[in-house]
Amino acid sequence: MNKTLIIIQREFLSRVRKKTFLLSTILLPLFIFGLYALIIYFSVKGEDNIKVAIVDTKGQLDGKIKSDKGMEFFLLKDGDANSLDQDLKQKKYSGYIILPDSIGLRDSLVYNSRSNVGLMTQEKIESRLNKAIEKTSLEQLLAPGVTLATVDSNRAAIDLKVAKKDGKQGNAGFATALGFICGFLIYLVLFIYGTMVMRGVMEEKTNRIAEVMVSSVKPYQLMLGKIIGIGAVGLVQFIIWGVLMIGVQMLLPLFFPEAIDQATAAQGAMEVANASGKSGMISGIMSNLQSINFAFIVVIFIVYFLGGYLLYSSMFAAVGSAVNEDPQDAQQLMLPITMPIIFAFVIMTQAINNPDGGMAVFGSLFPLTSPIVMMARIPYGVPAWQLILSIALLIGGFFATTWLAAKIYRTGILMYGKKVTWKELWKWAIMKG
Amino acid sequence: MSILDVRNLKKYYAAHRAVDDISFTIERGSIFGLLGPNGAGKTTLLRMITGIFYPDEGQLIFDGKPFKAEQDILHIGYMPEERGLYKKMKIGEQAVYLAQLKGLSKAEALEKVKQWFEKFEMQTWWNKKVEDLSKGMGQKLQFVTTVLHEPKLIILDEPFSGLDPVNANLIKEEIYQLAKRGSTVIFSTHRMEQVEEICDQIILVNKGKKILDGKVKDVKQQFKKHLFSVQTAENVTIPPSSHFQIVKAQGGERVLQITDGSSTNQVLEELIRKDIPILGFNEILPSLNDIFIQLVEGTNAVTRSFQQQPA
Repeated sequence: MNKTLIIIQREFLSRVRKKTFLLSTILLPLFIFGLYALIIYFSVKGEDNIKVAIVDTKGQLDGKIKSDKGMEFFLLKDGDANSLDQDLKQKKYSGYIILPDSIGLRDSLVYNSRSNVGLMTQEKIESRLNKAIEKTSLEQLLAPGVTLATVDSNRAAIDLKVAKKDGKQGNAGFATALGFICGFLIYLVLFIYGTMVMRGVMEEKTNRIAEVMVSSVKPYQLMLGKIIGIGAVGLVQFIIWGVLMIGVQMLLPLFFPEAIDQATAAQGAMEVANASGKSGMISGIMSNLQSINFAFIVVIFIVYFLGGYLLYSSMFAAVGSAVNEDPQDAQQLMLPITMPIIFAFVIMTQAINNPDGGMAVFGSLFPLTSPIVMMARIPYGVPAWQLILSIALLIGGFFATTWLAAKIYRTGILMYGKKVTWKELWKWAIMKG
Repeated sequence: MSILDVRNLKKYYAAHRAVDDISFTIERGSIFGLLGPNGAGKTTLLRMITGIFYPDEGQLIFDGKPFKAEQDILHIGYMPEERGLYKKMKIGEQAVYLAQLKGLSKAEALEKVKQWFEKFEMQTWWNKKVEDLSKGMGQKLQFVTTVLHEPKLIILDEPFSGLDPVNANLIKEEIYQLAKRGSTVIFSTHRMEQVEEICDQIILVNKGKKILDGKVKDVKQQFKKHLFSVQTAENVTIPPSSHFQIVKAQGGERVLQITDGSSTNQVLEELIRKDIPILGFNEILPSLNDIFIQLVEGTNAVTRSFQQQPA
């Protein structure tokens, strides 16, 4: 069997079989999702059986306020604070509100309760009351023969999409989010797996196995084997996360049928709108997902994920080979590598707002920044020639950095006890032989 | 036919000449000692022989053909001075992995590892991690991984450092066995007593140059100072003679230096004639250590400014 392949196998298996891999790949996302599900569960559950008594002597809200299992409204024709307090004590109601005889649109009401009232519950009561009162006042404006249902059916829900001249469609808000997420993921990948490669090389050096290894295999085989092995770990990790994410998202509605709209609400308790508005947004996202070629983005993501990783990891390997036991040296030598990554991230944030600007185009072509910047531009649509040029440059850049890094690596892994500067690394890289 | 023929090998670094025109030949099945003080260029020399470095100039003939790192390193087992193993890896797996990298198939590797582990009574270690081993145990494992693939040429750089006498003996025995079975061993060290005991042939390098080459026996002859030890009873005095000088006297033992042109027989004859009761008479050959120090001090050994970088 090919030696590089044997090395790849070891690098891959030794990491995948570690407990930390299992933990971070499977248990951690499950744990986070579990926590998330619990929060949703309790936020749904917590509102159960809220019974609100409304003293509405004039019958202003008759038939207009919406009750459901989680929140029931009881409209009382009469009642006073004293008797209702008694009812609260006996837990007949969770709380009560006394409406004035004529309620205005800007009035404030008091919700009396013996228990603490959560922000979400408060918002919910408020929004239901508002809707009911809105209907009441709206009713007085209606022309004869027009019912509230007619008005409801005339509510507009326009979804604004941006159509560019070349015919591609897209929703600016959604593209921004998707681009940002993809770019950010690659940014993380470069750091996480890049440093993993670096630590792997440092391990070989501090364990003093480097020289044993290079008497059996060529240094570039050792380096490439490590890079590819760890890259495969990353890919597997991403695939597992992807599958888990999709799986959990599909399972979630099964467990909590009513949770779907509240799940989004749970994230931003401050802006709980009515349920119909939220589900409208979800369907909006869905339709956006369809308007963007999702498979295409996934493929491009993988291309830039691998390209960017390969480009940077060889440089991380070179740094790892140059440092000795002291991790502080590593920090210092890493700076010139981390700078372009951070720089790329900055360009990306610009590119999201102005995907066809000069800086964005340059950033998405230049191989050191393209993996991050291009991902931000992709959802808006990128001309084919730019995409092809960018990928070609990325592949070229990968060969260039690997070639230089291999030379540094070859010298570095056999070097002990000396603190190395970038100037020396450069000397190793360009020396012949 | 020789297993390794080193011809005018040179490796220059910016600041100094690590290996400066060294040539030697190693016979198949012999145990060869590569000696030299720290910084003499031993490691650089060995790294060229193991294909880690390319020589600037010169030729390596391995097994009758010009050395080709790609294939020939499969027939070389190298235990470098800076050695180590993957700490987090299980011992058995590690040995199999390293054997695979030397071109053995997985099944072959597994079989060989089992054999060697049995021989060294290491079977129970199989699932232990290297970090759980003592230094000596690690050393044993390192030796096993070096010779596992039955290399034609075994290069050991300070193989006994960190070993207790029992394990050192075990390894020494193995080295003899390997040589007997046709492997050639290069043995790099500055522990002279081991060299004297084990090696057939030595070269001594200093400052990148070869300053001595030959069989241990011949080298000793070459550097002998015609010293002899005579044992007599304590109170006997040996009168001066034209054939020898008394260099040292301690109790009943005298060290005589025979003058040029005189033979041992003349010395003995004279001693017997003077009726001196002789209890013992033997030649004192210089130890390699003495020769080493004599040669190296003469040339002012450099202390290694630690792993000079190639530039």
